[in-house]
Amino acid sequence: MTTTSQPPAAGAVVAPVTAPGPVRQDDDGRRPRWQRVLFVLALVAAAVVFLLPFVWLVGASLRPREYVFAPGLLPTPFAPDNYARAWDAMPLFTWLFNSVVVGVAAAAAATLSSAWVAFGFAYFRFPGRNLLFGLVLATMMLPFAVTMIPTYLIWNRLGLVDTQVPLWAGNLFGSAFYIFLLRQFFLSLPREYFEAARVDGAGYPQLFWRMAFPLVRPALLVAFVFEFKASWTDLVKPLIYLRNEQLYTLPRGLKVILDRFGYGGEQQWEVVLAASVIATVPMIILFFLAQRHFVEGIATGGRKG
Amino acid sequence: MATTTVTPAVPGRRRRASLARREARWAYLFLAPWIVGFLAFTAGPMIASLWLSFTEYDVINSPRFTGLDNYRQLMSDPQVARSLGNTVYYTALHVPLVMAISLGLALLLKRVGRLSGFFRTVFYLPVMTPAVAVGILFLLLLNTQDGLINRGLALVGIDGPSWTTDPDWVMPGIVLMSLWSLGSTVIIYLAALQGVPRDLYEAAQLDGAGAWARFRHVTLPMISGALFFTLIVNTIASLQMFTEVYTMYFGNRQTAGSFSSDAASFYVIHLFREAFQFLHMGFASAMAWLLFLIILVITLVQVKLGNRFVYYEGEDR
Repeated sequence: MTTTSQPPAAGAVVAPVTAPGPVRQDDDGRRPRWQRVLFVLALVAAAVVFLLPFVWLVGASLRPREYVFAPGLLPTPFAPDNYARAWDAMPLFTWLFNSVVVGVAAAAAATLSSAWVAFGFAYFRFPGRNLLFGLVLATMMLPFAVTMIPTYLIWNRLGLVDTQVPLWAGNLFGSAFYIFLLRQFFLSLPREYFEAARVDGAGYPQLFWRMAFPLVRPALLVAFVFEFKASWTDLVKPLIYLRNEQLYTLPRGLKVILDRFGYGGEQQWEVVLAASVIATVPMIILFFLAQRHFVEGIATGGRKG
Repeated sequence: MATTTVTPAVPGRRRRASLARREARWAYLFLAPWIVGFLAFTAGPMIASLWLSFTEYDVINSPRFTGLDNYRQLMSDPQVARSLGNTVYYTALHVPLVMAISLGLALLLKRVGRLSGFFRTVFYLPVMTPAVAVGILFLLLLNTQDGLINRGLALVGIDGPSWTTDPDWVMPGIVLMSLWSLGSTVIIYLAALQGVPRDLYEAAQLDGAGAWARFRHVTLPMISGALFFTLIVNTIASLQMFTEVYTMYFGNRQTAGSFSSDAASFYVIHLFREAFQFLHMGFASAMAWLLFLIILVITLVQVKLGNRFVYYEGEDR
């Protein structure tokens, strides 16, 4: 351990070397009050920077067309009918509905299949297990561009291009990140618990459905909300597979709105902004409902990776 | 093969062996969806795309073998070079900036106790925003005359650049946008920081280590795993940047005015257009394999270098 006290570099945490003594349980306890105030102020400044785009988005979406680019953040003059105009101009309800259906299908498929596969990796000991699991992890590194074209050709051959099936059906085969995540949770369940059930005559599918599956519900929710968000925000697949506007999901529709109402010549930016808010709000609500699961999923992925 | 460690008495052995076989059968049944999916949607397509990369293929006519033509063209195509250059430039700016700013924010979050939950939420909200909406939002925030960003710069006396129209400023504008969505990295760092045992800091303090020494010799080594992870993940992701930039500068919009979309061309965007707009499926497949190789090499180098600093050294570069 170095004993020379170097000058703190810019951005580093500046804390005086207090005399060693009884250290409080809480990290904050050791710091003088003015320092904590400084930290909070720095975070408030950062938070303002991160929130400003949202504030501007909502404010501008509520202003009349000629005021969209006006200085200031507030919706003055107030023009809430931008939303009605966006709603009427394009089939937003249909796209919203499509996004929900595709999102639920994608999330349910990914969660169920990944859990099934993850249980296989966690519970059983069989030849080739580590090799196969390594292969699962390796697929996470593969750029989607490599498989994008042949995958399109497969769905094309099956006659499913310009349907919503390719948007979620690929998830029926398990997804590497969720298999990895759920396996961690299954591994944490005591094995004796399952062996007792085996002695009582339970089959393996029963072990999975009746015992393991309910026990890892928090992790299943993590997988579900992540995949739902991934599906809701995805543009690539709808761009590749959907031609019919009635089948579009929200991001695909939003891109059309931008191309038609934004740069497409009409310059109706208030419509574009209102539609952007409509596409974003469900995700914000989802985050507040499932915040814990998002944080847990990211932190677990980061720690174990 | 029986894998149980207990050697049973002779009469039980055969039963155990058959049990193990049955267990293995069930194991593969559980793995079956993934194995099928891997063959059909990963391994199969990889082989197919490798084969296509040596052909000329427009979906309508059957592929025509052209040997190394696509790869030769790849090496001399100025648009490929431009998009690859842009992508590398973006990655080189985006990844270190995301890591540095996220670490700064995470260090602050760790020091404000219970308040951190609120700020963490604020930093994560942009990640929840659909990428298309992010692209639209920043297209307008970066607007030269009326965008919020240049208005803000004007407040401090800076004449902001033409972020969306000046080819030299398009990339910095995109990097700026990308920094808005760094919330996941903050959460990873905060989790790592919270996992550092408190007694390490106490011991360092007893030894007289100052704040910087504690950061350099305790914090950095202890979170080097998380730093390493985010380095790799963010690099792989930014080399595949697509949606936000495609939304802003590509698609059916007329790229009006003086602006040439080449300045905003990313590798995967160029690949996507080659494949699905111009139906150059063979050429696009060759592009995909080049990208795969680039990502593989960069990741291997990072892992190699990473092994040197993770857990041992506090320096990540």
